[in-house]
Amino acid sequence: MNDHATEQSLSERIRAGDKAACAECIEIHSPAIYRLALRMLGNQAEAEDVTQETFLNAFKSIDTFEWRAGLQTWLHRIAYNNVLMRLRKPRRETVSVQVLTENEGLIETPRQLFDWCCLPEAEYATTEARAELARALNDLPEKLRAVFVLRDLEEHSTEETATILAISTEAVKTRLHRARLALRERLADYYAERINRREETK
Amino acid sequence: MEQHDCRHLLGDLSEYLDGDASAAVCAEIERHLADCAKCRVVVDTLRKTVLLYHDQPKPELDENARARLYRALDLQNFFAPKSQ
Ligand SMILES: [Zn+2]
Repeated sequence: MNDHATEQSLSERIRAGDKAACAECIEIHSPAIYRLALRMLGNQAEAEDVTQETFLNAFKSIDTFEWRAGLQTWLHRIAYNNVLMRLRKPRRETVSVQVLTENEGLIETPRQLFDWCCLPEAEYATTEARAELARALNDLPEKLRAVFVLRDLEEHSTEETATILAISTEAVKTRLHRARLALRERLADYYAERINRREETK
Repeated sequence: MEQHDCRHLLGDLSEYLDGDASAAVCAEIERHLADCAKCRVVVDTLRKTVLLYHDQPKPELDENARARLYRALDLQNFFAPKSQ
């Protein structure tokens, strides 16, 4: 159950200092918060820290919780702000912190047109292929990565994503499309190169 | 097919794949895809990209990390290990 009534009673119990309610909240929400932090930061220890900080912040400021947005969205917003603070620290190497400098609405024309959509399933399941998926995601500019993670991996709605990131729904749509196109390009390069290599060694 | 049409439709492809494009836009895209092999590749591989990420295993907090989380919040008395 994750409806508004349940959430509101949970938040009221947390506000009243009910520790069992805090534990319940962690049980329900920590998996998704950890995944968000991990995918944004690319580092387990930091993702754990962000998960802790998020609940510390949330329980401390539960009085300011406005339930209209939903408890989950509110917690994700706190988590994302904690992620941002870490991404803003200098000397990060594991993930891209590249900011979008060019025109927000600019959609780049697809370049790599190798058709890799229907290879044998085993091609997509190799350790190398999975590692490439993770690398491609880490290399996305952070603003595109955040939208892709929330929309396509965590399956938040466009509206929830907009609330969590404090951007417009239009920006969510554009960034999601740009993120997908950029990932498609990376994977297309990867599979084109891989299949070429194979042909050469035949 | 006309390069112009490819460019023109590119921005709508995610909404098309998600089933969120209007009927008119869908029809326009499908008309174009029937004639344009390049855009068919883009649509098919874009769909595959989303699918591959969607099917990835979800990372989880391990038991030690969960225990640390409960401790950090002074809730260790409520920590129940997950039966595996
Ligand atoms: Zn075309």
